[in-house]
Amino acid sequence: MTWRPVLSRSVVFRHDRVRGADLLVLPERVVVLQGNAGSIVRLCDGVRDVDAIVAELAERHPGAPVAEEVPVFLGRLRKEGWLK
Amino acid sequence: MTEVVTGVSGVTRDSGVQPPWALLAELSHGCPLHCAYCSNPTELVGRSEELTTAQWAEVFRQAADLGVVQSHLSGGEPLLRRDLTGIVAAADGAGIHTQLVTSGVGLHEKRLAALTAAGLRSVQLSVQHADPRASELIAGARSFAAKERAARLVRDAELPLGLNVVLHRANLDAVDDLVELGLAWGAERIELANTQFYGWALRNREALMPDREQIARAREGVERWRGRLAGRMELVWVVPDYIDGTAKPCMGGWGALSLTVAPDGTVYPCPAAAALPGLDAPNVKDHRLEWIWRESKTFNLYRGEEWMGDPCRGCELRTKDFGGCRCQAYALTGDATRTDPACHLSPDHALVRDLVDRPRLPGPMVAPAYAYRKEGP
Repeated sequence: MTWRPVLSRSVVFRHDRVRGADLLVLPERVVVLQGNAGSIVRLCDGVRDVDAIVAELAERHPGAPVAEEVPVFLGRLRKEGWLK
Repeated sequence: MTEVVTGVSGVTRDSGVQPPWALLAELSHGCPLHCAYCSNPTELVGRSEELTTAQWAEVFRQAADLGVVQSHLSGGEPLLRRDLTGIVAAADGAGIHTQLVTSGVGLHEKRLAALTAAGLRSVQLSVQHADPRASELIAGARSFAAKERAARLVRDAELPLGLNVVLHRANLDAVDDLVELGLAWGAERIELANTQFYGWALRNREALMPDREQIARAREGVERWRGRLAGRMELVWVVPDYIDGTAKPCMGGWGALSLTVAPDGTVYPCPAAAALPGLDAPNVKDHRLEWIWRESKTFNLYRGEEWMGDPCRGCELRTKDFGGCRCQAYALTGDATRTDPACHLSPDHALVRDLVDRPRLPGPMVAPAYAYRKEGP
């Protein structure tokens, strides 16, 4: 089955204007997303599959190693239970 | 408590006072339960002294401006506040994630629906024991059926449910049953928190203190379950610092990650700090939260490492445990600036060892003489 990543219901994604960072806020935990990680999570809407997310980011960042790094990053977030 | 995972790839820390991440809102010290392990201060704030809805809303606005992104709406029992929905809406409106920390007593379907509509994100339910009778003996009140119902309501509302179990002599042998209860009730997370001896728990230390074998068995049980539950449920073990001989990184450091607002608006670096002498804790009715966090004497008293004496000063553990807990140092030695006696490197560690290894009557619960938590006049 094609994986269409979406945030788990206990995870809230938000921008933190005080620290200028993107965050995942959980009931007992705050995860500070680094670099472009937020722009990847923003595309995890349960509609796009991983290929679509990669394609969209590749278009935005030509020449970046998107196809290698993005699936690995999404896999790590799934392993933590933050993405379903 | 809040843990900040910095990085999915690491973060640089500036020097100077960093903004707080989390706020513990003690909305009321009133509670239908009377648990002997309660960490609330023994001098509870009366209901007539509680902040108003508008005052709480202002607290959350100021907290959000300061950098707070997460709040635990706790007490006592927060459901005793009839304006809880308005308080949740104010926190959510300020952009702060809210988790209700409750005994479950007083949670009804309509109430939960209103709270969810107001923006409540998560519920943490306290459980005293997996056996109804034992649970109610520990809580000092009829409450088990209400908890079971509350868990069902939270699941039906599709909110994340966590259980919090404070562990002590009378329930450490029931870890397996407690995890099975969590599974049956649909919890996503169980926090098995060994009693921290503050407030009422400090008063009841003798009746609550486990022995080393009990802890070893429970720890093994938790490890077994972790293997079986991987990916299904998060199992958190909050260490028994007296027994482990390791100081906890209390609150992630004094004035470092979070702040506690008591029912009357007094602001503390941690929920137990009301017991410290000479703290002169500021109140949101008199000062802005930003001043309280950055400038007040209270929040700077044990911030960083300046205050540390030996052996913390030259110890490499200081960057991990921040010298341990100030309230515990005071409770055990009468001096809040000393190394936390829970640490095996503390010159006062014998105090803790003697408390743990003191001979006691056999059995998990031989007529425990709890001083049940009671509210004042």
